[in-house]
Amino acid sequence: MAGPSTQLKDHWQEQRLFLSRVIAAAVVVLLLTGLLVARLFQLQVVDYERFAELSRGNRFRIEPQPPTRGLIFDRNGLVIADNTPNWELVAVAEEIGSLDSTLKALEELELIDPSEHTALRDLVRSHRGFERVKLSNLTEEQAATFAVRRHRFPGVDIQEALVRYYPFGEASAHAIGYVGSISPADLERIDRSDYAATSQIGKQGVERAYEELLHGHVGYRQQVVNAQGRVLFDPTVDSHADNVANFIGGIESKAPVPGSNIVVSLDMRLQLAAQEALGDSRGALVAIDPRTGDVLALVSTPSFDPNSFATGISRADYVALNTDLDKPLLNRALSGTYPPGSTVKPYIALAALQHESIDPAREIYCPGEWRIPGQTHKYREGRGGVHGATNLHAAIVRSCDVYFYQLALSMGIGDVSSSLKAFGFGAPSGLDIGGERAGIVPSPEWKKKQFSRREDQVWFPGETVNTGVGQGYMTVTPLQAAHAQATLAMRGVGHPPRLLIGIENAVTREVTYSEPTTLPPVEGPSPEQWDFVRDAMVGVTGVTGGTAFTAMKGFPFKVAGKTGTAQVFTVGQDEKYKESEVDERLRDHGWFVAYAPADAPRIALAAIVENAGGGGRSAAPVVRKVLEAYFKAENYVARQP
Amino acid sequence: MSLASLEWGNVGGARRRLPFSGLVIDVPLLVLLFMIVGLGFVVLYSALGADASLLMRQGLRFAAGLVAFLVLSQVPPRYLRIFTPWVYLAGLGLLLVVMVEGEIAKGGQRWLDLGFVRFQPSEIMKLAAPMMVAWFMHDRRLPPTFLQTLVMVLIVSVPAGLIGEQPDLGTAMLVVAAGGLTILVAGLSVRLMLTVGTLGLCGAPVLWMFFMHDYQRNRILTFMNPESDPLGTGYNTIQAKIAIGSGGLFGKGWLNGTQAHLEFLPERSTDFIFAVMGEEFGLLGLLLLLVLYLAIVARGLWIAAEAQDTFTRLLAGALSLTFFFYVFVNAGMVSGLLPIVGVPLPLVSAGGTSMVTLMAGFGMLASIHGHRKLMAP
Repeated sequence: MAGPSTQLKDHWQEQRLFLSRVIAAAVVVLLLTGLLVARLFQLQVVDYERFAELSRGNRFRIEPQPPTRGLIFDRNGLVIADNTPNWELVAVAEEIGSLDSTLKALEELELIDPSEHTALRDLVRSHRGFERVKLSNLTEEQAATFAVRRHRFPGVDIQEALVRYYPFGEASAHAIGYVGSISPADLERIDRSDYAATSQIGKQGVERAYEELLHGHVGYRQQVVNAQGRVLFDPTVDSHADNVANFIGGIESKAPVPGSNIVVSLDMRLQLAAQEALGDSRGALVAIDPRTGDVLALVSTPSFDPNSFATGISRADYVALNTDLDKPLLNRALSGTYPPGSTVKPYIALAALQHESIDPAREIYCPGEWRIPGQTHKYREGRGGVHGATNLHAAIVRSCDVYFYQLALSMGIGDVSSSLKAFGFGAPSGLDIGGERAGIVPSPEWKKKQFSRREDQVWFPGETVNTGVGQGYMTVTPLQAAHAQATLAMRGVGHPPRLLIGIENAVTREVTYSEPTTLPPVEGPSPEQWDFVRDAMVGVTGVTGGTAFTAMKGFPFKVAGKTGTAQVFTVGQDEKYKESEVDERLRDHGWFVAYAPADAPRIALAAIVENAGGGGRSAAPVVRKVLEAYFKAENYVARQP
Repeated sequence: MSLASLEWGNVGGARRRLPFSGLVIDVPLLVLLFMIVGLGFVVLYSALGADASLLMRQGLRFAAGLVAFLVLSQVPPRYLRIFTPWVYLAGLGLLLVVMVEGEIAKGGQRWLDLGFVRFQPSEIMKLAAPMMVAWFMHDRRLPPTFLQTLVMVLIVSVPAGLIGEQPDLGTAMLVVAAGGLTILVAGLSVRLMLTVGTLGLCGAPVLWMFFMHDYQRNRILTFMNPESDPLGTGYNTIQAKIAIGSGGLFGKGWLNGTQAHLEFLPERSTDFIFAVMGEEFGLLGLLLLLVLYLAIVARGLWIAAEAQDTFTRLLAGALSLTFFFYVFVNAGMVSGLLPIVGVPLPLVSAGGTSMVTLMAGFGMLASIHGHRKLMAP
C-alpha cells in the first residue's frame, strides 16, 4: 500500500508544481503582450503624426555613396589603372512602373543594347527596390538625348560616375585584369551592403585578386524624397532632415572610405617591350626578379582591350573574343600548359651531377637517333641533327637529346621527376593573383592516379626517356618556367612570384611595401655543380654552336639561357618533320628561358611562342628585346621599393 | 474496481466523442484557428498585391495543415509517446543526411527532396525536440534532477547544433526555445536557472574580451543594433516602423497601405506581414490579432493544466508557450523591439512548412484534450 500512496502523493505534488509553472508562464505571457501593446501604442498613437507624415507623400531614403576605387601603379609609379569621369544610365526599380516597357523605350533611343534586355531586367530585379542599378555607359551625346526626355522615365536617371581606365590597354590586360559590371554571380561573393553604390567589380587578374583592398567601403547619407523621387531634404543642405532621421532611428551620414591604391611589381617598360616583341604571334613571356620574386613582366598574346570590359562590353563583342581561334582571353602565362622541351635539361643535369649519375667529362656519341638497349623504337634527335661526340657541357650548349635520353634512363624516373619538382614544376608557383594551372611532372605514381585502367597505369622506360627531354606527359606554364629559372639563378633560393608589392593609403599617399617571402631552398648541389650548369647555359648564348648564339649575338651582358622546342605534332618513325609541310597550328612551339647577368642575376625570364619553330629563332629574340629594355631602363628608376 | 473503470470508460467515451462520428474535434481550438487564418488571408491578399492565385496557394497550405491537425487529433497521446523516440531519431538522421548532402554540394543545405515534395528536416525538430524532452521525463519524478536536466539539454542542443550548422540560426533558435520551454515547465529548479543566468552574464564579457575575433564582435553588434547597417537589415526595420506607425489607431484601410503597395516594405507577405496589418488595420486590428493569439495560448495552457500525465502535460505546456514565443519574436522584430531574425508570424505569414508544423502541433493539443480519462476529483 505504501508504494501507490507515495505515487499518489507525488502525482499531486507534481501537478501542483506544474500548475504553478503554467501560471507563472501565463503571467510572463501577459507581461510580454503588455510590452508589445505599449510599443504599438507608442508607434501608432504617440508618434502617429510624424510617421503618417513620413509615409503620406514623403519618403525616407538612404542614398549610398560609392567609394573611389584604388589606383594601380607599376613599380616606377606609372598609373596602370585609373578612374575617369563618365556618364551612366541608372535605374531604381521601385520607382519604375513597368520595367519591360521602360527598357524597350530606352532601347528605341539606342541608350541600351536590345540584346541585353533580359540580362538587364534580371539584374534590376536581383537588386532591392531602393538600390540604384547601372544600366549602361553613355556618351556625351547619349546623355544629352536622355536628359531632354528624362520626364518620360520615372526611376531612370543619369549620373556622373568614375569609370575604370587602363592607359596601357592590351599590354596590361592579362596581368592587371579588368573590372566589369557586377553580375548576379558576383553578388554571391560580396557584402551586398558594401556594394550598394558600386557598379563595377574586379573580374580578372590583380583587379579581382585585390578587390577587397581596391574597393573601399560604401558611405551613405539620408535623404527625404517625395513620391516622385525628388529630394526634399538632404542633411548636408538642410538640418531638418537630421531631425527626421534622428527620430526614425538615429542614422547618421557616413562618408565613403576610398579604396587603397596599390603598387604592383610590374615594370611597364618591360611589359610594353614584351608585348611589342611578341607582336601578332600567340605566346607569353614572364620576367621575374630572382632576388625577390617580383614579377617584372607578365604578357600573353594575343591580348584584348580591358577598357572595353570597363565601359561595358556588348554581348556580340564578348562572343567574338570568346570564340576567337587565337583565344585572346586565355592568359597563356598562367594557364597555358606546354611541354617544356629542352628547357628542362639544366635542372636534370644539375640533379645528375649531384647524384653522380654521370661523369660530366665522358663523351657519348650522338648519331642523331637512339634506341633503348634491346628495343627497336627509335628516339630521334629533336627535329634532326647529328652532334657527334658530346659531353654534358656540350649536350646543354647544343641541346643534344641523345645524351639526355641516355642520362634520363640511367638516372631513373625517380631522380628525374624529383629534380624537376624541386624547382616548382608540377605545382602552382603561388602567384598572388591565382588562376594558375599546375602543369604535370610525370612519374609512376602520377600515372597510377591519372589512369583508371590497369594496363594504362604501367610506367614504361620510354616515358622516362621522353621526360628527360621535356616531352611526353610533362607540361609547364610560362610562369613556372620563369620561376624555376629565378630559383636556378639564385642557386636554389626561390621566392614565390608576386605582383602586389605595396599598398598606398589613398589619403596620406604613404606607401607600405611588403617584404618578399622565401621558399624552402633547393639543397644538395655543390657550388661547383651550380657553376657547371651556369657555364653551360652561358655557352648556349655565348659560344658558336650554342642554340641561342645567333639570337643573343653581341648582347652586352652575360646571359645564361636555354632553348626548347615543344613538339605539337609527332611524325612517324621513318618520316621527317618538315615545317613547311605541317599545318601552322601543328608546328612546334619555341621556348627560351634565361637569367642575366649570369654572374649576379637581376632578372629571370621565360618566353614561349606558339607554332613558331625552335626556341633559338622564335623565343630567344623576344627575350633579347625584353632584356635590352631592362638594362636600358635600369638606370632610370623613379620609385624603387 | 473493474466495474468502476468500465463505467469511467463509458462516461468518458460518451463525453469525448461527437455522437455522429466518433471523431475527436476540439471545437474551441478549431474556431480560433479558423478566425486567425481567416484574418490572415484578408491581410495576405493585400500583401500579395491583391493576387487571388497566390492566396490560393496559401489556402492549399492551410488545407494541408488542417489534414495534419485532424489526423493527429485522432491519435491517442500514448501512441504519440511511443512513437516519440523514433520520430526524434528519424529527424536527427534526416538532419545528418542533409548535412552530408550539403558537404557534397559545397554549400548550405536545408532542404530534402523526396521527389514529390521538398521539406526541411529542421521543421520536424520544432515538434520532435519538445516531444523527446517530455518523453524523457514521463516516467521520472518532477522536478528533474541536475543530471536529468543535463540529459534534456543534450536532447535539445544536438539537433539545434546541427540546424545551426546548416546554417539556419533562426530555426535553431526556435528549436532551442521549444525544447527549453519544455524543460522550464518540467520544473527546472529556479536556483539552477539563476546560477546559469548569472554565470552567463559574468562569462559574456570574458568571452567578448578574450575569445572573440573582431568580425564576430561586429556581427553581434549589428545584430543588436540593425540601424548600424542601414543599407542592409536596418532598412527593413525603418520601413516597418513607418508602416506600423502611419497606420494609427484605425489604419489606412484594407488594400490602402501605401508603404506596402508602393513596395517600400520588404518581405511583406512573409516575415513583415505584421507591419502590413498594422498599416491597414491600425492599432485596433493588431489588438484583435493579439487577442486571438492569446486566446489560443490560453486554450493550450488550459489543456496542459487538465492533462493527466507528465508527457501530455509537458508537451501541451511547451507547444502553447512556443506558439506565443513565435508571435512575440515576430511582432517584436517587426515593431523594432527585437533584432531582425527570420521568424514568420505563425498562421498568417505566407509559407508552407511552418503552417503544417504548427497545425500538427495543435492537432496534438486537441488529441491530448480529447483523449482524457474522466476521473473523480
